[in-house]
Amino acid sequence: MLEVRDFTVSYGESEVVHQVGFEAGEGEILAVMGRNGMGKSTLFKSLIGILPSRGGSVKLCGQDLAGLPSHERVRKGLAYVPQGRMVFPALTVMENVLTGLRNRKDSVPEEIFSLFPIIRDMANRKAGNLSGGQQQQLVIARALVTNPKVLLLDEPTEGIQPSIIKDLARLLVEIKKLRGLTIVVSEQVLSFALDVADRLLVIERGHIVDQMTRANADSATLGRYLSV
Amino acid sequence: MDGMSFSEFGSVLIMQGFNGLSVFSVLLLMALGLAIIFGQMGVINMAHGEFLTIGAYTTYLLSVLSTQYAPWFENYYFIAAIIVGFGVAFVIGWLVEWLMIRHLYKRPLDSLLATWGLSLIMQQTFRSTFGPKEVSATLPSWLMGSYQPKEGIDIPLNGLFVMALTLALTCAVAALMYYSRWGLKVRATVQNRAMAGAVGIDTAKVDRMTFALGCGIAGVAGAAFTTIGSTGPTAGSLYIVDTFLVVVFGGAQSLLGTIASAFSIAQTNSTLEFFMTGSMAKVITLTTIIGILLLRPEGLFRLRVRK
Repeated sequence: MLEVRDFTVSYGESEVVHQVGFEAGEGEILAVMGRNGMGKSTLFKSLIGILPSRGGSVKLCGQDLAGLPSHERVRKGLAYVPQGRMVFPALTVMENVLTGLRNRKDSVPEEIFSLFPIIRDMANRKAGNLSGGQQQQLVIARALVTNPKVLLLDEPTEGIQPSIIKDLARLLVEIKKLRGLTIVVSEQVLSFALDVADRLLVIERGHIVDQMTRANADSATLGRYLSV
Repeated sequence: MDGMSFSEFGSVLIMQGFNGLSVFSVLLLMALGLAIIFGQMGVINMAHGEFLTIGAYTTYLLSVLSTQYAPWFENYYFIAAIIVGFGVAFVIGWLVEWLMIRHLYKRPLDSLLATWGLSLIMQQTFRSTFGPKEVSATLPSWLMGSYQPKEGIDIPLNGLFVMALTLALTCAVAALMYYSRWGLKVRATVQNRAMAGAVGIDTAKVDRMTFALGCGIAGVAGAAFTTIGSTGPTAGSLYIVDTFLVVVFGGAQSLLGTIASAFSIAQTNSTLEFFMTGSMAKVITLTTIIGILLLRPEGLFRLRVRK
């Protein structure tokens, strides 16, 4: 589904992501694990086209996305939920969801309302005034209305209460089953990653240093990668 | 003001008030376009006044053409001028954004300089094409004359018409911004450009349309302007300072603020002008605005939301 090869990103002269390569199959949840500053967010921003990549290829169902502006990547089936959620704060909840629709006549599918009841319940509230967990649901809904084949989620658990993190994990697995969606999620919280992921990658200083399936995942080894 | 009875004084106030409303209309139309461009895209368009001039010259041309070739059209040309003025300014704005502005989004100071240069080029083009002398469009007969609700009060019809036009256009812009999907894309892009792209909005296209729309509205302001003044190459640049004042005073991202601020600036100026010289009136208006901006740096209205 998503195929990343020799993917390199740099800020000016300093290279941050070095020739990263991975694949994520249809209906698979892939977790990218790593501590702060290891290049997770940079990788994700560059995959969606907010940051330019210096080299390598990103293929979605065989089509190369490298060099395309963000909105064209979204049209080809990639969706992105950034770290820190980034709702449009002064727009209402409903308006935030509507921004993901391409055409004037499109409407929000009923499925979205049943997955995220808060969108109907809080439709007219300003998105900026929602709590972190509510905003997280909102931005996932906003990404889903673009009908993606692959969803990129950057640190969805950051700044969210532990009790809600459990709900979020259930939600992601449900969305994956419902839509056959491929999800690539970057994460530092090991328990969350083990709840949702089919496979885990470990990124360190911009290199992928380890990968494993969930069945083989060893919390002790992973814990070592994540501890400071 | 000796010997002026109380009712005469009231009439003067009302008439000056209506005078102010004509100025208010042109200012508001200008500010609307500028607020969209400045507030939404952060581009300070020093050439905005010239788009008013484009609308005014378009109106003049249509007036001359209809007198020469289609006298039966003389009474209606003004309606056409509003639409054509919008269209011409819109198309030129679209081209300007494509050729120049889009390369300058990340350099606000350069865009200031570049649009100022553009305004000089445009002024000289007007001068070379239409000559340095001011020209006037012939007003259709139904815009001449005045409405007299009562002895001593004369309200010019052209002022009333311009005001109605302004109200209609303001409502249309508000509806477009707040109730259409296109407006939603504009507002999303303003709040977070990178994120707007990442939810599938073609932000470059939104920018171009927004800029062109702002210029188109200035074109309509130009058509409206011909009813209250005569058109010269620098007609628009005389309005640019006042217009910026309206936008900054109103709070750059608030439509309601823009309306309130255009109204208060135009009214203060026009009412004071009757009692003192024009420049004194300007001094007092400006001082008041500076005072208020010191207390409320974000303008009259601002958005309150958790960031």
